[in-house]
Amino acid sequence: MTEALVEVQNLKKYFPITGGVFSRTVGNVKAVDGVSFTIHKGESFGLVGESGCGKSTIGRTLLRLNDKTDGKVLFKGQDIHQLSKSQLRSIRPKMQIVFQDPFSSLNPRIKIGEAIGEALLSHGLIDRKDLKDRVMETLKICGLAPYHYNRYPHEFSGGQRQRIGIARALILEPEFIVADEPVSALDVSIQAQIINLLTDLQAEKQLTYLFISHDLSVVEHLCDRVGVMYLGSMVEMARKEELFGNPLHPYTKALMSAIPIPDPTLKRERIVLQGDLPSPANPPSGCKFHTRCPLATDLCKEKEPEYRDAGNQHFVACHYA
Amino acid sequence: MSLEAAPVEVNAQVPAKPVKADSPWRIAVRRFARNKLALAGLIIVILMFLICYIGPLLSPYNLYDYKLTDKNLAPNASHWLGTDKLGRDILLRTMLAGRISLAVGLVATIITVLVGATLGAVAGFYRGFVDTVIMRFADIFSSIPTLPILIIMGTVLSDLKVDPSNRIYFLMLMLGVLSWMGLARLVRSQILTLREQEFMLATDALGLKDNRKIFRHLLPNTIPIIIVSATLSVAGAILSESALSFLGIGVVPPTPSWGNMISAANNLIDFRKRPWLWVPPGMCILITVTAVNLIGDALRDALDPKMKK
Amino acid sequence: MAKQTVETKTLVEFKNLKTHFHTSAGVVKAVDDVSFSIREGETLCVVGESGCGKSVTAMSLMRLIETPPGEIAGGEILFEGKDLLKLSKRDMSRLRGNEVAMIFQEPMSSLNPVLTIGEQICEPLILHKNMDRKEAKKRAIELITLVGIPRAEDIFHAYPHELSGGMRQRIMIAIALSCDPKLLIADEPTTALDVTIQAQILDLMREIKTKVNTAIMLITHDLGVVAEMADFVVVMYAGKVIEEAPVIDLFKDPQHPYTKGLLKAKPVLNQKQERLYSIPGQVPNPVELGSNCHFHDRCEFCMEICKTKEPPLRIHGDSKHKTACWLYEEEGKVQ
Repeated sequence: MTEALVEVQNLKKYFPITGGVFSRTVGNVKAVDGVSFTIHKGESFGLVGESGCGKSTIGRTLLRLNDKTDGKVLFKGQDIHQLSKSQLRSIRPKMQIVFQDPFSSLNPRIKIGEAIGEALLSHGLIDRKDLKDRVMETLKICGLAPYHYNRYPHEFSGGQRQRIGIARALILEPEFIVADEPVSALDVSIQAQIINLLTDLQAEKQLTYLFISHDLSVVEHLCDRVGVMYLGSMVEMARKEELFGNPLHPYTKALMSAIPIPDPTLKRERIVLQGDLPSPANPPSGCKFHTRCPLATDLCKEKEPEYRDAGNQHFVACHYA
Repeated sequence: MSLEAAPVEVNAQVPAKPVKADSPWRIAVRRFARNKLALAGLIIVILMFLICYIGPLLSPYNLYDYKLTDKNLAPNASHWLGTDKLGRDILLRTMLAGRISLAVGLVATIITVLVGATLGAVAGFYRGFVDTVIMRFADIFSSIPTLPILIIMGTVLSDLKVDPSNRIYFLMLMLGVLSWMGLARLVRSQILTLREQEFMLATDALGLKDNRKIFRHLLPNTIPIIIVSATLSVAGAILSESALSFLGIGVVPPTPSWGNMISAANNLIDFRKRPWLWVPPGMCILITVTAVNLIGDALRDALDPKMKK
Repeated sequence: MAKQTVETKTLVEFKNLKTHFHTSAGVVKAVDDVSFSIREGETLCVVGESGCGKSVTAMSLMRLIETPPGEIAGGEILFEGKDLLKLSKRDMSRLRGNEVAMIFQEPMSSLNPVLTIGEQICEPLILHKNMDRKEAKKRAIELITLVGIPRAEDIFHAYPHELSGGMRQRIMIAIALSCDPKLLIADEPTTALDVTIQAQILDLMREIKTKVNTAIMLITHDLGVVAEMADFVVVMYAGKVIEEAPVIDLFKDPQHPYTKGLLKAKPVLNQKQERLYSIPGQVPNPVELGSNCHFHDRCEFCMEICKTKEPPLRIHGDSKHKTACWLYEEEGKVQ
């Protein structure tokens, strides 16, 4: 195995719920509740789960766009959350993020050329005279045209904006990119373009991705290893072939069977989960999934299952897997 | 190079129409121009400025032309709007008063915008303690009743025998200082929302510096509301100045302002018999304020950040 | 429709519908000469990418196009033989909610936050069915149970914010079903929901269809949803119907290059692909589309004729499978 680029150790991120006259903290939304994983150099690690499972929060806490509550995030062995403001700033270009919403992720009043180039300049990574050429080149790599340089974001379609977002991250020559649902706001035909672009860039620049998505089929296509999250915890993690070929956790199985397959002749046995996602402010006791799990027993209600290696680097948190 | 494929796609996906960049500002101007009422307002305001600043140069009279023989003349061929009780030409006085009133309105607004936008932006960006201090200040200022303060100030200035021509500077300052809170709140709340947008998160991820975040990324996005609010506050300042001058504590004679000219209407005989004394400045206030408000409303629609087409 | 059997009566027929929007940039032909029909009790899916006119088609049927800027510029929409576009406003609003009901993508914004769930379900019952409060409440609770929500009595008194997205969408369905509509229009009903909740809602819609036998016009961009739900599929692109077929035919033998591209562009679970097929380019600017095949500049089979002439929507081979593509026309084959 190659060396670890990012190590997440027992990461916790709670958002306080304030209430009452004096806005005291009355509780916590446990968005991320003790998650550990490692991302190796050059691989794509996928995080899947439903809305509110904490996958985006992990992405942001990993880059210290949020402060953590507890745990550690090591980037090349350095704890990101211990760095000073200036140390953090100097390491920023090495780890970048691509956002989900191609509309709100670009400032409507800044031209594309400036939006892509400004960080290079701000970090002093380039001479002002070379900037334009460099931006043009990056535009081209990301499938945009040179004359887009002087355009404003509102003149672009969703897919093109996403390319701009990728160009903005890419120009800093990062080693690690968090892609937070980069294709879920796009139409199917455009999704494929962006996914292919991400794949090409990875091969070309030896990038490491953390790919966050709710779409299992996209994750399966793009990632080497995949973690499945439920209510702030990792419930299963394995190599892609392992996870999709032999899912162990009942939640993973349900998630996989819930995806509509574009084949009308296929008749599948579907596991339809009952009920809704519980609130992360008040997660169920024991195994958090027991309220919706078709296999739950009394043990699941009382005891939190251990997150263990079921063999072959296939981790799972279930009493019965 | 596996990336060779990418440029191939370019040709197909870019409709070959490299037109000029359509900036958000140009779109706003286009939308503003479509609003006929607002255009009328704009033309009126521009005319008002031109008349007030160029008109007096063409007048055969002079502000201090006391000609008691010509006092209280009704409008006629040589005095188009008549004369006042000291025989001064009303048209000339109205135009000169317009200079003062418009200047007070503008300068007071500029002060409001500078103070309001800066404090609002700082409060919104840094949040926490800074925010609390600035906003409590705003609360205190908002809870001071404006009119009594201005009246007290006016009386103090009169007591100190401040030169009438200097009084208007105090007036501008007071009007500005007492009205920045609304704008500060607007800018602050706008910046609080903008901060949560993904493009601001992106500036964090890119490692940009605070001053760039505030001045390049945040403030330009609040300029629409600043412009709208400033426009409307020009109208407000003109009205406040008029009201104070009417009460005799704003701009005081002999310096003319629309407000102190209307105070002629205080005199029952003038009010009933000599409408040319107070109707022209009154109409000027009405027309200017209405026109400015029309512009403000149209700007609000034209600068709508949602960019509806 | 020569050999059609008796039991599938046509419920809705769109005939050359044209819905245009007048914008500052020019006229947008959001729906441009669209014809297809929905049969009684059938689930018809309209698929296409954003901006292809699929929602506007449904909104035209409901006569909910805002005029201006929108305008139904021509065509007919026959509902049980009568032209909806000629109905008076009053007749139309009687029809809406009564015979045709609609559910939307955003279950958050389609419920009024200050009214209880019960009040919102009872409203159409009292309005359209002339029920009194007591009857309406009884029926409302039946409906809430029908859409699979336990504790119907409690939910009746709850406010929308107390419910999750999936529950709200169930309530929307209950409201839509309250007056036994003959047609239920569902505009991306599961797009805003998580996959596990989407599975629940799709199951519910299928179940309801067999129980109350309403026709469903399901608008979606997800071909997986289409495969699971549809009897018949209409594919739209840039305001035009480019292909229509029974669901099995469409997936087994897609004809239009766009449909083929869409099917290949989406990764499918447990099917390994080295590289995704991607349709190059993007949806054309809807303003001032010429009279040609609107897909020509993204199509790998583009011929000269595609750039200059619009292909007709015609049957090629199979009896119900229509495609608008020059590849299947004589003119195309000659070249």
